[in-house]
Amino acid sequence: MSRLTLSGITVRFGGVKPLDDVSMAFESGVCGIIGPNGAGKTTAFNVLSGFALPVAGSVDLDGDDLLAVPAHRRARWGLRRSFQQEQVVRTLTARENVLLAAEHSGSPTADVDRALDYVELARPYRLGAELTMFERRLVDIASCVVGTPRLVLLDEPAAGLDPAESERLLGLITRIPEEAGALVLLVDHDMDLVRAACGTVAVLDFGRRIAAGPTLQVLSSPEVRKAYLGIDEEVTT
Amino acid sequence: MNRVLLAAFLARAEVRSALVGLAIGLVLALVLPSLPGVGSGLALRTLTVCAIYALAAAGVGVLYGRLGLVSIMQIGLVAVGGWATLRIYHATHLPFEVVMVLAALVTAAVGVIVGLPALRLSGLSLAIVTLMVAGALEVLVTYAGFPNGGDGFLGRVSGGTLAVIMPRPALGQSDDEFFRYVGVVVVVVLVLLRWLLMVRPGRTWAAIRQGEAGAVSLGINTVAHRLLALAVTSAVTGVAGALLAASSGILDPTSFKAQQSVLLFATVLIGGAFSLLGAVLGGLFFYGLPQLLNTVGLDGNLVFVVLGLGLVQAVTTAPAGIAGQLGALWRRLRPPRPPRPSRPSRPSREVTV
Repeated sequence: MSRLTLSGITVRFGGVKPLDDVSMAFESGVCGIIGPNGAGKTTAFNVLSGFALPVAGSVDLDGDDLLAVPAHRRARWGLRRSFQQEQVVRTLTARENVLLAAEHSGSPTADVDRALDYVELARPYRLGAELTMFERRLVDIASCVVGTPRLVLLDEPAAGLDPAESERLLGLITRIPEEAGALVLLVDHDMDLVRAACGTVAVLDFGRRIAAGPTLQVLSSPEVRKAYLGIDEEVTT
Repeated sequence: MNRVLLAAFLARAEVRSALVGLAIGLVLALVLPSLPGVGSGLALRTLTVCAIYALAAAGVGVLYGRLGLVSIMQIGLVAVGGWATLRIYHATHLPFEVVMVLAALVTAAVGVIVGLPALRLSGLSLAIVTLMVAGALEVLVTYAGFPNGGDGFLGRVSGGTLAVIMPRPALGQSDDEFFRYVGVVVVVVLVLLRWLLMVRPGRTWAAIRQGEAGAVSLGINTVAHRLLALAVTSAVTGVAGALLAASSGILDPTSFKAQQSVLLFATVLIGGAFSLLGAVLGGLFFYGLPQLLNTVGLDGNLVFVVLGLGLVQAVTTAPAGIAGQLGALWRRLRPPRPPRPSRPSRPSREVTV
């Protein structure tokens, strides 16, 4: 059981505060961060990845101070991240992409084939340039589960996929906590995916946390519906 | 390595092309001097120097094609390699092979020292800084000259003493032998470079080129790996300097003008920055083309016009250079094969200068 706590995180870019005194806690399983565009979701991920330095606040995972770890060391620490725009290296094979993640996170290379088996990617010796969008997303997931991840950040992992592919990806994502023992944080606009994948969610709006708790309960709260889903829209649960 | 992995390894287009390149390179290196007309004289000496500059071109190609770094100081680094070679030889009289390795290390160190501040910059800034460095190195070698057996750190003779020529390596005394010697060294260095591109450093460089954020989140220390790339390519360029020094035993500062570095960058783009064949073509254009123009009675400076046109052609129609076009031609002309499970395509990217 792992526990991730963000306490009083404030990020400032000039006069803008994409995150303003945000505190969130996530406990094991797959958790979501949702919110309208510009709410600060990706900035929260960037704080966790080390790309954005908060001017105040702290991040703690099971007693480790994540902000004290340099960005490029966080993979070795156990952080994995996929991006909204997938980052599969086009000039390397699918297997080499996962191998890179293993090598630089200090994981045994034997784990590479286990990760590729986990996502069931066929013919991993094809170049990244030859893979379909779905296959690249699979490579992303494989890179995220290789080794012993502790915290997996998925930024819109299903962007650009059709419903059937999303469904398969969803199955893979929800199994990560038990397969790899990591806490998974998901950012997505696809409410069906969030509802199906995340046990708990935190909602951001204009850089502030406006709600947090069990997914269904949070999504049906009037405040969240007003900020994010539009007051008039019926939310079916 | 088990059989499946080995088969997959050999099935990769880049591995096959590397093996073909290795074979062709070795055959050319060993057979070319025996051919009538090439066997001796200017043509062979020109080809020798072209092969040497192929190494410098490979350095440019790896930095640009694999990491997206524009370095316009490679000819300056050739001068550093040549200076270190002559300096170390006249001080120690060690065998050439040892001197060459030491000179490569010295050049790598210089490359890294330049890179430390410059790698914080990117794109155009890095290009400008390296061009300034090339200019600085030009001034330095013009002022200091190359060591020729004299005393002191600079090693220049003075007051009517005769300059000492560094002898060629024991295995490459005559023009023929020296061509073969250079050919084998160049092929070995290019194969090592090719190998490096296929293992962990090469993979890491590819990831950095793909995107900084993605690379960092994989756990890559991007500055350290860029420095590694600079060290490796500088060492290769240092070997070129050592071979150039061995070729005539003495070096002339006028061969290492900063503008030559710009010319080399252009020839690499024309030859192809994504493959080592492109580097070999780059070396041919860089040194062979001016000689060819001279031979047919034209001004060697016309090379700037010819390469300028070639550069426009490369940038507009062939981002992977002539090597890329040859590869595409080969894929079109070769006999059709039964469909293979995987068929890697050549990377083609926008080239911006």
